[in-house]
Amino acid sequence: MPANSSLRDRFERGLAAPICLTWELTYACNLACTHCLSSSGRRDPRELSTAEAKALIDEIAAMQIFYVNVGGGEPMVRRDFFELIEYAVSSRVGVKFSTNGTRLDAAAARRLAAMDYLDVQVSLDGVDATTNDAIRGDGSYAAARRAMDHLAAANFGPFKISVVMTRHNVAQLDAFEALAASYGAQLRLTRLRPSGRGVDTWDELHPTRQQNRDLYHWLVARPDVLTGDSFFHLSALGAPLDGLNLCGAGRVVCLIDPIGDVYACPFVIHEQFLAGNVRDAGFGAVWRDSELFTSLRAEGSAGACASCGSYDACRGGCMAAKFFTGLELSDPDPECVFGHGETALANRVAVTLPSPKEDHSRRVALTLRSRVVG
Amino acid sequence: MRDLATASLDVTRAWALSPEVSLRDEAFGALAYHHGNRRLVFLKSPALVALVRALENFADVNDALDALVAPNERARYLEALRSLERSGLLRAR
Repeated sequence: MPANSSLRDRFERGLAAPICLTWELTYACNLACTHCLSSSGRRDPRELSTAEAKALIDEIAAMQIFYVNVGGGEPMVRRDFFELIEYAVSSRVGVKFSTNGTRLDAAAARRLAAMDYLDVQVSLDGVDATTNDAIRGDGSYAAARRAMDHLAAANFGPFKISVVMTRHNVAQLDAFEALAASYGAQLRLTRLRPSGRGVDTWDELHPTRQQNRDLYHWLVARPDVLTGDSFFHLSALGAPLDGLNLCGAGRVVCLIDPIGDVYACPFVIHEQFLAGNVRDAGFGAVWRDSELFTSLRAEGSAGACASCGSYDACRGGCMAAKFFTGLELSDPDPECVFGHGETALANRVAVTLPSPKEDHSRRVALTLRSRVVG
Repeated sequence: MRDLATASLDVTRAWALSPEVSLRDEAFGALAYHHGNRRLVFLKSPALVALVRALENFADVNDALDALVAPNERARYLEALRSLERSGLLRAR
């Protein structure tokens, strides 16, 4: 959906409701991925109850938010997972949910396949167990592939394989494409952010400048590959990638976390980007009136990027990527395709990286318990 | 969001918004979302939104354009309808 620039300006001033609402159902997770955006692991006792979650779905439906991106944590570990997504779909709120696949057995696959308005994204960060499990944990590759097999056997249709691009899997792009094709699945690639536990792993995992260039050209040649508008910082390399090509935080995008806190986007779970809580006066009030979102919708300045001829293409990049690498929001994106971000990173005076407000990481390492499923 | 190669909006027939489509008003016009094919489309003028909503009340597309669109804007709005039809947002009645 190419947006012309006047429409983009309009989006930057905010919409009546988000286009892309992410709702993390739980901080509980049976994996401990090293780049987890939400530092998930342990369930938060303040998690929204089933009744509160349904009331939120009612409000989402009333605001005509067409679909929600459901994640976590691992959403399928919530006991009311199916109850909630079936409630959403029956309220005509589409569900796109991300899962590590560990709980997606044959019966779950059949139940998902029976639902309309539902998309499933199975996360996989390498085309082989070695590459994937180094990030997502031992056994996670096999579990994700089993889930895909179950979806295929249940005739779910074109599910998505969702890949976070890292230094270790950019070289596997063609192999990911072949894997998706073998399942009749859609490939979805997203950007690694230095958020959550990614604060500690981004330096060693984020793609090199050359890899980002390779990725850009690979994507330009494949407009059918989904990206969640994730790589707009690469649009400065040439023709814009498919998508809105803007930072949608608080403007067309936001995140509701498991305890009802509303953040500007899924990549900034930090008190500086906390707009409010749905338990106070509902989600709509936060979206429409919060001080944070109002300020994000005010006309921004191009900051250090003002003199760069490509500002209109990349809009200075991703707010979260700057914030969690210790840059100013007026600095270039740390992965600026022209290397201005690398210069800014090198020039940081005091490198104290912000730590997340909420860390639900498990305190001890766990081994994946795999279940034998039919 | 790419268009299919074939255009088939017959202006002498009655059309309406597909029942699978939700419209949400916005200051610039509206967002349209097709729950089946998951396409999100931006209707970039309130007048186009009004035209799309009114289609179901007219015997054919020509009548709707006659009633709601100035003659010098007709080609532009017809093209917009064709584009919506190619995205699956309209259905023949």
